[in-house]
Amino acid sequence: MTEVLAADGRPLKASLNRALRRQKLRALALIAPLLIFILVSFVMPIADMLFRSVENEIVSDTLPRTVQALESWDSSSGEAPGEAVFNALYTDMALATEYKSHTRLGSRLNYELTGVSSLFRKSGRRVKRFDTDVYADAFRDADPAYADPSQWAAWMGDDTVRAAVPVTAATYDAWAKMIVEVDNDDPAKEEPWDFVYTSLYNEAVAGASLPVAVDVSGVEPVSLREQFVEVDKNWLDIDVWQTIKIYAPKYTNGYFLNSVDLLKGPDGAEARPESERIYVVLFIRTMIMSLSIMGMCVLLGYPIAWLLANLKDRTANLLMILVLLPFWTSLLVRTSAWKVLLQQQGVINDVLVWIGLVADDGRLQLINNQTGTIIAMTHILLPFMILPLYSVMKTIPPSYLRAAKSLGATDWTAFWRVYFPQSVPGIGAGCILVFILSIGYYITPELVGGTKGVFISNRIAYHISSSLNWGLAAALGSILLAVVLLLYWVYDKIVGIDNVKLGG
Amino acid sequence: MSGLPPYASTGQRVWYYSFRVICGVIFFFLIAPILVIIPLSFNAENFFTFTPEMLAFDPAGYSTKHYQDFFTNSDWQLALRNSLKIAPVATLLSVSLGTLAAIGLSQSHVPFRRAIMAVLISPMIVPLIISATGMYFFYSNPYIPIPFYGKLELPFTLTGTYWGVVLAHAALGIPFVIITVTATLVGFDQSLTRAAANMGAGPVTTFFRVQMPLILPGVVSGGLFAFITSFDEVVVVLFVGSAGQKTLPWQMFTGLREQISPTILAVATILIAVSVALLFVLEMLRRRSERLRGLSPG
Repeated sequence: MTEVLAADGRPLKASLNRALRRQKLRALALIAPLLIFILVSFVMPIADMLFRSVENEIVSDTLPRTVQALESWDSSSGEAPGEAVFNALYTDMALATEYKSHTRLGSRLNYELTGVSSLFRKSGRRVKRFDTDVYADAFRDADPAYADPSQWAAWMGDDTVRAAVPVTAATYDAWAKMIVEVDNDDPAKEEPWDFVYTSLYNEAVAGASLPVAVDVSGVEPVSLREQFVEVDKNWLDIDVWQTIKIYAPKYTNGYFLNSVDLLKGPDGAEARPESERIYVVLFIRTMIMSLSIMGMCVLLGYPIAWLLANLKDRTANLLMILVLLPFWTSLLVRTSAWKVLLQQQGVINDVLVWIGLVADDGRLQLINNQTGTIIAMTHILLPFMILPLYSVMKTIPPSYLRAAKSLGATDWTAFWRVYFPQSVPGIGAGCILVFILSIGYYITPELVGGTKGVFISNRIAYHISSSLNWGLAAALGSILLAVVLLLYWVYDKIVGIDNVKLGG
Repeated sequence: MSGLPPYASTGQRVWYYSFRVICGVIFFFLIAPILVIIPLSFNAENFFTFTPEMLAFDPAGYSTKHYQDFFTNSDWQLALRNSLKIAPVATLLSVSLGTLAAIGLSQSHVPFRRAIMAVLISPMIVPLIISATGMYFFYSNPYIPIPFYGKLELPFTLTGTYWGVVLAHAALGIPFVIITVTATLVGFDQSLTRAAANMGAGPVTTFFRVQMPLILPGVVSGGLFAFITSFDEVVVVLFVGSAGQKTLPWQMFTGLREQISPTILAVATILIAVSVALLFVLEMLRRRSERLRGLSPG
């Protein structure tokens, strides 16, 4: 079989393939700028949020030595950790105080255990005034070389010294780094701080060979455990140490456990005390309220869509304005309208009192509760139900109903058995759209919902701007996102994203 | 539903009229809250309900003082200026990038078309609070993480800056541009561009002289959607912006949450006028687009 050739002598198949490839590339080249833009400005931020919901580097970054020392501590022993852990904590705290990261860690751990924040702040203030200066003095008195910054720098550049006192070398490095980064000074011109001498003393006692031999047996040891406990007795609290140990890994599922009212305990997830459970209730409430809003929208939207689909075009277009005007009106305008209308001294209550339905002293509480949120959000989302319903109903031929009736069906049977099943795709599309939109609503519940009528999104906003528990906000957001994406996928299957229509 | 047949039974008549009444009530529910705002904004008192003077149509009960407040108060004026500075630039970004991409997407052989479409539409589907959370975190990083490369360091962060808000709003507006422009391109006859190319027009000329005028209604209505999205957006600007980027909806939001002042009603009335104008423009565009499509074959 001979190959078919194109005009330029190449095989036709290759030539066609090449043209197709070029076409594909051109299409992709047109899409690429936008795709990159969306990736950077939208998709990456979402990914960042997902990452933050599990990220937990702050503990191991701020207290690296303590975390390591804690590994050998058994939390079930019922005893607070021993001197070694407190030694590590001393170095970590002394450094963290300079970086001012101990308060951040304190507030981070405070989300898990109340009181840690003040514990850290208090200890941070006092850690520089611990009695460990006796070690420094002892070394300096024993040999002036220990008081010489340049001598220290020389030692720490010498591999044999480093090998002899590895802990001190590591502590010195961390100190030198801090001196450069925080104080902008030269470590070779600064005398090391007390915690470096403390490491050196500990190693000397353990029998390490010092660069210049010093007899430390005469120095009264300072118990850092006692020093810390003197600052705050809570350092003996097992819970504090357990919390640090549990949140030591770089990644945690703690935020997710928190957002479903669980607690990360030493042996995995535990239920939270009854009084602290809020999120599951909030998720359920968000679901129920979104479902009621959706139900209200179907109830109110169906008759309107039917009417619009069955009227003469001219009249339908005119009435359509009544649907589109709210659709196009600013969300804030509609929310402020409801805020004004629903107040106890507002227009609706005034009218009800005027008619005589309610007494002047028995005005209805319509705002700052679930009623307010449902009324306002039904109004705001109703067009999103009417428009897809209308476009589906427009395609149902009216002759079907007439045929059913001429075959003897009553009005109701004709509607229920013939018309309604054909309008179900419209209901499905509208319902999912309204549900997706309402489940993530923030502004309207915030303004008219009070405390009882708020959604999970209001809690997310609270954790970002007020409590600053970003990890928890990210975890709550991730759960909400998963629900929405699932619905989006269903919507895509049923309706197809290409078929989303805007404004009729 | 077009009229009652003469043989309709009493039950059918009753249902016919009560159905109309029900629909009337629902239409009232839809439109009344918006219309009530308008007379209330002319209230001479600082009340949010109709005063006896207003109900008696006494001219003393009405005044434009809330409008004067809006036009003289520096907070509101700053908010208005910010809104007018942010929305057009964000719109321009989303329209230009979105139109190009929509043209690309409407060609016949696009690999991963569905997936790309899903990504591009996602800003419309993802709840604003989640977008806002993500952007708040991400825009405060002074770098862009690039897979397999590392971090591309930036000499600035976007949180609390004008450009941060513009970028965020442009991303939110893109789905609307994509949807409207691809919908217009469905009715676009590709042989027109081939004909233009055949007669010697380059791709750029073809685009601006042949394709653009035909899809312009879709582009403009997409742009209007993008504009209104940015102009009306609060959640993202609350998180990404700082006090310097306070927009009109932001000012309304804080006004409603903290001390509710009747000036909000005046602003709301002005915004209603803007949306009526937008609605009118869109309707004109729809008619024009239908007319053009009627002319072009296919």
